[in-house]
Amino acid sequence: MLRFILRRLLQMVGVVIVLSMLVFLWLRSLPGGTVSAMLGERATPARRAALEKALGLDQPIYVQYWEFVKRALQGKFGASTGVQAGTDAFDIFMQRFPATIELALFSIVLAIIVGIPLGYLAARRRASWFDNLSVVGSLIGVAVPVFFLAFLLKYFFAIQLHWLPVSGRQDSGIDATRVTGFFVLDGVLTREWDSAWDAIKHLILPGLALATIPFAVIFRITRAAVLDVMDEDYVRTAESKGLTRRVIRGRHVLRNALLPVVTTIGLQTGGLLVGAVLTERVFSWGGLGEATALSFERRDYAVLQVLLLMFAITFVVINLLVDIAYAVIDPRIRTR
Amino acid sequence: MPNPLNPKTRKQRIDDLAASTAGKGPAGGGVAVAERSVADAGHVEESAGVSLIASAWRRLRGNPVFLLGATISALFVLLAIFSPLLAPHDPTARLLIDQVRPQSNPIPGSQPGYPLGADSVGRDILSRLIVGSRQTLIVGVLATLFGFAGGLTLGTLSGAFGGWVDSLVMRLVDVMLSIPSLLLAVSIAALASKPSQWTVIIAIAVVQVPIFARLLRGSLLAQRSSDHVLAARALGVKRSAIVFRHMLPNALGPVIVQATLVLAGAIIDAAALSFLGVGNPDDRQPEWGQMLGAAQEYIYDHPALAVWPALCIIIVALGFTLMGESLREALDPKSRR
Repeated sequence: MLRFILRRLLQMVGVVIVLSMLVFLWLRSLPGGTVSAMLGERATPARRAALEKALGLDQPIYVQYWEFVKRALQGKFGASTGVQAGTDAFDIFMQRFPATIELALFSIVLAIIVGIPLGYLAARRRASWFDNLSVVGSLIGVAVPVFFLAFLLKYFFAIQLHWLPVSGRQDSGIDATRVTGFFVLDGVLTREWDSAWDAIKHLILPGLALATIPFAVIFRITRAAVLDVMDEDYVRTAESKGLTRRVIRGRHVLRNALLPVVTTIGLQTGGLLVGAVLTERVFSWGGLGEATALSFERRDYAVLQVLLLMFAITFVVINLLVDIAYAVIDPRIRTR
Repeated sequence: MPNPLNPKTRKQRIDDLAASTAGKGPAGGGVAVAERSVADAGHVEESAGVSLIASAWRRLRGNPVFLLGATISALFVLLAIFSPLLAPHDPTARLLIDQVRPQSNPIPGSQPGYPLGADSVGRDILSRLIVGSRQTLIVGVLATLFGFAGGLTLGTLSGAFGGWVDSLVMRLVDVMLSIPSLLLAVSIAALASKPSQWTVIIAIAVVQVPIFARLLRGSLLAQRSSDHVLAARALGVKRSAIVFRHMLPNALGPVIVQATLVLAGAIIDAAALSFLGVGNPDDRQPEWGQMLGAAQEYIYDHPALAVWPALCIIIVALGFTLMGESLREALDPKSRR
């Protein structure tokens, strides 16, 4: 087990190193480049050369990369130029990540508590109208562009019906005490129930928009896995032993079917981050996704490099954790 | 049917053998089966009646989900081909520009001859939607094809050679997969100094490369140790011939299914790129994703402007997805009960 974890850790470090190289090269090959962005296109060659020297851009590329790594390890990525001009890019990341984690957790939990039972039911009633309807429904969910769904939800439930707030994470009128940066949790911790409830109301629409795709994936994987497991010999054995249906379903079918679902949930992280970029933009959520969309629009490369690196690292770390969890649940993986 | 007493050339025999074991699936082709197949390679074709593709087709013909998806996809392709003949107006002509008032009436509404109204510069929406089908199809198909070609190259290198080539390629694939797909696409699109339809196509294609590569590698690796490859190797077939004639054709099934799904995703991703401001800025050649991205400016006052291209995207993406998913299920040996 320890060897398995160590090997995966080493692989992860390799991936992160290659990634940092890619992000570095990507930044350098963007059109315009840093110097033009800072001085404008019509700067004199002398001024350009001076700035290049000041920024270390006249050094050989491996020296520049090494400097980039040294600064990155200290969390120094430079100041934002477009998203929150003047603020340190890494600070922007630190300020905004609770917003995105809160939204992403809400969505993935929603997707799990709806997707797994629905997938299980659909599999048990295979080819019934319920099954067909939910399969087609989940496929429609995948076919709708996420940002369009977000617009639709916002248009009907916030703008037309006024049932839910239009944007943001909390009404500005609410005087909430900040503890963790997770607004719902803050409300609960400080017993400001109105502020927690307000934060939940703000979560619903963007959470729904973000949950569609993970829901569709979890639903389909669960359905397929349950169908697979129901035909296994050990289920037939359990049936012929005369075990109650309840025991068979809980212990033999569901527990085995959930194995592939666990891996899928880990793989949804990337999808959630992408979805967050689109959803947060529509709802002005103030999280990392919105910052990503804004920094592309405003060419804020200092912020972009932090976000790209951190997103990728998050994805890699979560999948490492999922792999470990998987090895703990399923001993067959470890021996391979 | 060839006579077993009149043996075919060696190459043909191996091909038949490869085809037969592939048809039975990796699970069915045990050692006993392989030995029998080698003994009477000439008879193998008789059992090809239940090949994977034939039985998949038999089940697909009666599957309403597949038929719906295939119908939508076929109609979409026909529309794309004949769109210039079907559009009532020139999609680039600013026919209703006289009615556009930036303050009071930025979007001319529905009227005789213009059932869906016009956009903010007075161009007929219906004609733009009809003509836009072609560009949408081109973006989807080219992005899928390029992604497929890249994945085919990497996946074949990796799955056919194994060893350090495999490790190297797969680490590269891991890195590509660790960047969330749309972010990777946006990052690549942002590299272009002059964004165009091509940057959109390439950006979406690059994201698909690691997915296709993984899929192909997995399939090729499973075959490396299978009996038909062993047989071919034992007969002294060259490595390149084994890879290209015996392994790749058998690996293509799941890849083609994936391509159908990727096509749907590519059309949706093109819209997302436009939404994030890195799409094709040139709107003389209409494309649905671009129309949807451009409509966000007016989305709360004139939602119809966004709804029409979005509906087109949803229907077409659903069509390809339904087709791809039912193909996947039909080709899955496990569901052939």
